[in-house]
Amino acid sequence: MRVSYKWLKDYVDVTVSPGELADRLTLSGIAVEGVHELGAGIERVFTGKILNIEPHPNADRLTVCAVTTGGPENLQIVTGATNIRAGDVVPVAVEGARLAAGLVIKKSKLRGVESRGMLCSGQELGLDPKTMPADQAHGIMILPPETPLGLDIKPVIGLDDAILELDLTPNRGDAMSMVGVAREVAALLGQKLRLPDIDVDETGDGIEGRVKIDIKDTELCRRYVAKLFTGIKVGPSPGWMQERLRAAGVRPISNIVDITNYVMMELGQPLHAFDYDTLKDGRIIVRRAGEGEVLVSLDGVERRLNGDMLVIADPGGPVAVAGVMGGLATEVTENTRNVLLESAWFNPISIRKTSRVLGLRSESSSRFEKGIDLTGCLRAARRAASLLAEMGAGQVASGAVDNYPAPHVPKTIILRPDRIEHLVGTAVDSDACREILTALEFGVQKNHQGLMVTVPGHRPDVSLEVDLIEEVARMHGYDRVPTTLPYGPTTQGARTREQSLAMKVKDTMASLGFREVITYSFTSQEVFNKVNLAPESPLRNVLALQNPLSEEHSVMRTVMLPGLLEVLRRNANRRVTSLSIFELGKVYLSRGDAPLPEEKQVLSAAAMGGTSRGWNKPSLEKDFYYMKGVLESLLAQAGISGTSFEPFKDDPSYHPGRAARLTAGEQLLGVLGEVHPDVVENYELPGRVVAMEIDFGIMASLAGKAGKYRQIPRFPGIERDLAVVVELQVPVREIIGVVKKSGGNLLRRVELFDVYQGEQVQQGFQSLAFSLTFRAEDRTLTDDEAAGLINTIRENLAKKFGAQLRS
Amino acid sequence: MQKQLREMEAGILEKLKSVSAMEELNEIRVRFLGKKGELTGVLRGMGALSPEERPVIGQLANEVRARVESELEKRLSELKAMARNARLARENIDVTLPGTVFDTGGLHPLTTVSRQIEDIFIGLGFSVAEGPEIELDYYNFEALNLPKDHPARDMQDTFFIGPEVLLRTHTSPVQVRTMERTAPGLPVKIIAPGKVYRRDDDATHSPMFHQVEGLAIGSRITFGDLKGVLQVFARQMFGPETKTKFRPSFFPFTEPSAEVDISCGMCGGKGCRVCSHTGWLEILGCGMVHPRVLEMSGYNPEEVTGFAFGMGVERIALLKYDIDDMRLLFDNDMRFLEQF
Ligand SMILES: [Zn+2]
Repeated sequence: MRVSYKWLKDYVDVTVSPGELADRLTLSGIAVEGVHELGAGIERVFTGKILNIEPHPNADRLTVCAVTTGGPENLQIVTGATNIRAGDVVPVAVEGARLAAGLVIKKSKLRGVESRGMLCSGQELGLDPKTMPADQAHGIMILPPETPLGLDIKPVIGLDDAILELDLTPNRGDAMSMVGVAREVAALLGQKLRLPDIDVDETGDGIEGRVKIDIKDTELCRRYVAKLFTGIKVGPSPGWMQERLRAAGVRPISNIVDITNYVMMELGQPLHAFDYDTLKDGRIIVRRAGEGEVLVSLDGVERRLNGDMLVIADPGGPVAVAGVMGGLATEVTENTRNVLLESAWFNPISIRKTSRVLGLRSESSSRFEKGIDLTGCLRAARRAASLLAEMGAGQVASGAVDNYPAPHVPKTIILRPDRIEHLVGTAVDSDACREILTALEFGVQKNHQGLMVTVPGHRPDVSLEVDLIEEVARMHGYDRVPTTLPYGPTTQGARTREQSLAMKVKDTMASLGFREVITYSFTSQEVFNKVNLAPESPLRNVLALQNPLSEEHSVMRTVMLPGLLEVLRRNANRRVTSLSIFELGKVYLSRGDAPLPEEKQVLSAAAMGGTSRGWNKPSLEKDFYYMKGVLESLLAQAGISGTSFEPFKDDPSYHPGRAARLTAGEQLLGVLGEVHPDVVENYELPGRVVAMEIDFGIMASLAGKAGKYRQIPRFPGIERDLAVVVELQVPVREIIGVVKKSGGNLLRRVELFDVYQGEQVQQGFQSLAFSLTFRAEDRTLTDDEAAGLINTIRENLAKKFGAQLRS
Repeated sequence: MQKQLREMEAGILEKLKSVSAMEELNEIRVRFLGKKGELTGVLRGMGALSPEERPVIGQLANEVRARVESELEKRLSELKAMARNARLARENIDVTLPGTVFDTGGLHPLTTVSRQIEDIFIGLGFSVAEGPEIELDYYNFEALNLPKDHPARDMQDTFFIGPEVLLRTHTSPVQVRTMERTAPGLPVKIIAPGKVYRRDDDATHSPMFHQVEGLAIGSRITFGDLKGVLQVFARQMFGPETKTKFRPSFFPFTEPSAEVDISCGMCGGKGCRVCSHTGWLEILGCGMVHPRVLEMSGYNPEEVTGFAFGMGVERIALLKYDIDDMRLLFDNDMRFLEQF
């Protein structure tokens, strides 16, 4: 909504500058986004008359004009404009003039002919071409012929004004009008509101018998006022009206259309003018459209209607989509002689739906959507009549048809002033409340309960006591509410155990060299193919968005891996090929008939390339064991023990020989492994990728609580190395199992420090070197005891695996 | 014999001067002072001396032993120092070589900012609550006083999964779920961080983004308290000089409602590019919980009041780090993430 500062002064004495007014309005609930000073920077542009136009001797597209601005000397001005005629009054920028875009006008020669100024278009003076009459939108601005010459252009075309750009909240439909804003301004500044004149000189015959209004759906149309104008002379509206419409951002079209727009801007009541003679029998029927009924709207487009839409019809069929757009057949044209003016109330929800379905939003529909003043329809129609009469554009038939089946019953609300203090935290006494509410045109009476407040028709958004409290609080000023802290028992703020663990897990991943990423929760079905999911995989059972922004983001993800691989791919394209990333995010799994799906938190990570290399440290390939080590550190940090890794060939996204699942008893914690080469290829990644996906919920359920202190060993341990050669196919975990079992409870630690396959070892075998630590709680172990244990271990390994010993 | 002792002493002391290795020093000690050493040998010959000579020689011998021993010690520590110095000289390294490289990771800036917000409110007695991202229409809209045809639903363009199931457009449903659980218990003080979704995608909007919601319900909570809590938050988050401004606004689930601006930290309120030359930055929306919302969630609005607020984490991250395009936050470009 654009509010002209100058126009506003018609209704209220504005005692502050546009900038200050903007601040005051913003702080009381009418947000002003910006203040535009029209005409800022425009200098030395005057009204001038074109006396003569001659062709340019050297250029076909230019003409040479003789122009007077009322001075003793005529100016020779060269122009490329084509919409001018001798005798037109136009804005003339003379030497030294400054225009809207900072352009400075100097005496110049154009193709050999001297030019001492410039004829201006509206745009060059800072006006929006969309608000110019169509024939002047891209040409020179033509002023009314009676305009005096030599005047500063700014006041002549309304550039001595400031526009306040409002950003209205959806509840404040009342402020979508000049009078509505003026009412707020008057209340803020303690001034009186002056309403526009609606006295009409009704010279025409009575409307009775000539217009009949029939409302079939009183839910969707609670009131329909019609007035009849006769003997219309369609032509341009006066300059002052065009200037104001321009300020409001509306293009002047013709006197009749301009009056309807002017009154809408002024009072917030959308009006529609029908060519009365095109309406069958002078009858208006307000009804729902028939399913599939068709109307050609003003813009010439054929609109297919449905039974939820309200139409204005005559006995022959629809003539307008109520409140949204008029029909072409009944449009006011230059041949129109009689006009039926509609001023009605349409249901906001219905209008909103209709305008959405048709994809038509207009100044009218946006006002109906927010709810207009049911009590204001007749006033607006009379205001239009009064303007018509004042402009001498036709006669006003006396009377109006006002079909108003269930007149407005004003709401009455009790306001208890102590509730204001209770809710807002500062006392506003009942006299102050009454003053504030009265200024906003609420009716206020005191009684034993407090204030009996009657809500005016222009505030359909107010229905509860708390709405009145807000009115009082905003006009009193939020800044005057003292700043306090909540009173009452101290509460302990905290994170849940799971939230704290999530923090710890993220911190641990970061300290292990992983960078956190955040990817979209939605993805495309296509990624399931890219990560090799089987056609029958339950993970393909996705939750799909009904209205996605794009195919790429059309379903909720059920796996994390594709998101991470996509991040790797994008970074690889930017030549970042060595990286480790993680994300703690959710996957969304359908639960059949349950209303909401399962949202499962998954800790996922992926890495490719190598670890950082330095002059003293080689780069290690980010392989399966890198990721496994990360996971093991993470489990240790989270205090999770008793898990085991097992070979896992059943996840088609991973390399069947290089993947493991992590289990804790019966529970599956997750998967880690090298990403399947096909998948790597699908993502066009430059090398091997390792990844893991861990169920965070299970992880949290296993995570240790703060452990109790265990005594530091009092007796020294003995360390011994043990190397054995075993067949390759024996999993190391089994060997360690036998070592631990044989070592009994004196064996405190088993660490595998070397794995060797090669020349020194028979083919098909590998050498494993362990470091074993033995320790007793109650005494210092002897070398002999350790040697005995080592022997037992060796014997058992030999027995179980035929292991050979190496020294 | 005296002469013999003196010569021996002189000889040894002379030798000590030229000793350059600690082993030699030990050899000398053994040769002279050991059980079979020269001095011991001399003293063994004392039996042949006269009783008058014996104490004289004895004393002399002890003196010689003491002197030799002290010289030996002195020489020993000299040699040790020389050896240590030699080692230090030998072990000189180039300290300008780079240190051992470690892989460093890091948290996403949104995580960092979220944690900061959470920590401030935890300090103010708020607990962290969570709720589902795929929500029922009831929790996302209806229970927040946004019935089916409410125009304000248009303010939040919604992704739908089904007629009653949608991606939450704000974290406010967590308010309702929390109140349903706690009603009629008091007080309630929670914040709810999380992902939210709207059908928007440009430089200032992302279809997925993060909010932090706050809710406090009690028997005496006022709009003044809301101002106070958010002022504490703004000062802790953006610096102690930060000023706050509360502008009346509209949200269906709060009444009265406000939008909160903070003074621009970039220009100190003078006006700059970041604050569009206004000196102020809009950071959050808030208000007193609407009585209908309290009622629907099981509280009696005549007896309890409360406030709620919601802020965009991205917005705060963009301001804090002076990032001009929200899409950078979800692009996961390492060259961007590495800066945090
Ligand atoms: Zn600034």
